[in-house]
Amino acid sequence: MNHIISIEDLVFEYEREEKLEPIKALDHVSIKIDKGSFTAIIGSNGSGKSTLAKNINALLLPSSGVVYVKGFDTKDETKLWEIRQTAGMVFQNPDNQLVSSIVEDDVAFGPENLGIEPTEIRRRVDASLYAVNMYEERRKAPHLLSGGQKQRIAIAGVIAMKPECIILDEPTAMLDPQGRQEVMEIIEKLHNEGITVLLITHFMEEAARAERVIIMDEGHVAFDGTPAEVFANAKKIKALGLDVPFTVEIADRLRSRGIDIPKDIISMEEMVDYIACRFK
Amino acid sequence: MQIQVKNLYHIYSEGMPYESVSLEDVSFEIEKGEFVGVIGHTGSGKSTLIQHLNGLLKPKSGQILIDGIDITSGEVKMSDIRRRIGLVFQYPEYQLFEETVHKDVAFGPMNLGLSQEEIDIRVKKAIELVGLNYDEIGQRSPFELSGGQKRRIAIAGVIAMEPEILILDEPIAGLDPKSHADILEMIKVIHSVNNTTIIIVSHNMGDIARLTNKILVLDSGKLVMVGTPAEVFSQADYIESLGLGLPPSAHLMNELRKRGVPVSRDILNIDEAEEELYRLLKQIEGKIDA
Repeated sequence: MNHIISIEDLVFEYEREEKLEPIKALDHVSIKIDKGSFTAIIGSNGSGKSTLAKNINALLLPSSGVVYVKGFDTKDETKLWEIRQTAGMVFQNPDNQLVSSIVEDDVAFGPENLGIEPTEIRRRVDASLYAVNMYEERRKAPHLLSGGQKQRIAIAGVIAMKPECIILDEPTAMLDPQGRQEVMEIIEKLHNEGITVLLITHFMEEAARAERVIIMDEGHVAFDGTPAEVFANAKKIKALGLDVPFTVEIADRLRSRGIDIPKDIISMEEMVDYIACRFK
Repeated sequence: MQIQVKNLYHIYSEGMPYESVSLEDVSFEIEKGEFVGVIGHTGSGKSTLIQHLNGLLKPKSGQILIDGIDITSGEVKMSDIRRRIGLVFQYPEYQLFEETVHKDVAFGPMNLGLSQEEIDIRVKKAIELVGLNYDEIGQRSPFELSGGQKRRIAIAGVIAMEPEILILDEPIAGLDPKSHADILEMIKVIHSVNNTTIIIVSHNMGDIARLTNKILVLDSGKLVMVGTPAEVFSQADYIESLGLGLPPSAHLMNELRKRGVPVSRDILNIDEAEEELYRLLKQIEGKIDA
């Protein structure tokens, strides 16, 4: 089975007071996610990104349609633990997801709840802290760490449950540039180790680092493809209240003035490489 | 001079095991109507500094003069200072609490002891100034609004106090690109309408370069640089050594220079970067053709 997540004709409505119509946050969305892939989901506020993420690990259940995680229907309550263990979630605000007063206890919280043997928990906690480069800080209190460090602890807490898939909902929104870089490096590392990554973000530069970009708009999938394919639609993307990565924008401007720049140049590194090579 | 900060020191948890110097000998001046950016990585003292400016924190030593009056002296009434210097915290929408947008924005002016009539005028004005329609949303619950709208309402609550100096701590954090652009546009309007002095803390160097006329750079509690965006960001290697980023255009140019491509140091926005690359790439094409 290649699709770790399969979303089929998903509709999700938020109920409101009796007299008001429910709000349709997701409107017939179908997406299949390959095992081991790295997908970025972007969209303006209210486009349905976070609602989609919460439907994937059964924090929300479909109003109609089906979501399968590793073949399990998220509506099947008896499979809830398998689903949440398969698809771990990291949220925007690190302060809202750390529960213990010591870093390593916090990371152990997930595996403890899975009823795992203490020696195995110890092993997993250490491995997870190494994975996010936070082993040295294992005995510190989370509130004394920087935002980027806290977010890495939150990620370690999810990895310790050995999920096959991690869903991150704007994990870098509250971080400074250095913290964002730290978290993005960890995300890429996890992907290289075979974990399926779903990254929801407002930063186009982060989305450009994924293998696949999905743009949500008013509960629909507006674009779906490689970063180069999706960001080639700069005008339409801007009309959705979004942006394209800086490199894409400047490459577009130069192309419109007759300079030939390959379409697959998306990141700043690629642009620098291209120009530096031509210059020599 | 509207704001004069002289030799400011602040120490957190003095005498405790976690004691740390968070501001060390910080001095600078800001004139009325300036648009000032404060940058520095997490823990560099940005938030500590701005909380001193409206008297939320007291310095260990040093002076803060607002129009010549030392607000650290203990003789000034803090309520007077805070009505003149408005502070918008990070994620200000978390502080909304009233039943209606009108009541929420009115909370500050009400505490100033203004007449009901004056309060109503100010509330309307503030809501219009942040780019929202008073008749449409005045009587709605602030919690029904979108994220970007909530943030505008929270900012309107501070604007309604009619501060002479408006300080915003990371006003665009967590917003989508459209709301991000809208909030910046709104801040520009507030700046130009009343000649309000703006002090903005941000990690977005592109925004800082585009909006401000003066940048304060903090590192480990010290003010390490003060200058125009061009002066500050032309020191690309130094800024990067502080763990800070550059505006995307300056970053691209700096990376190219590191690879031996001769490009200008004075590029701050995408228009300038476009021209520079156009010139460079045309030149390369010419060489190849020849």
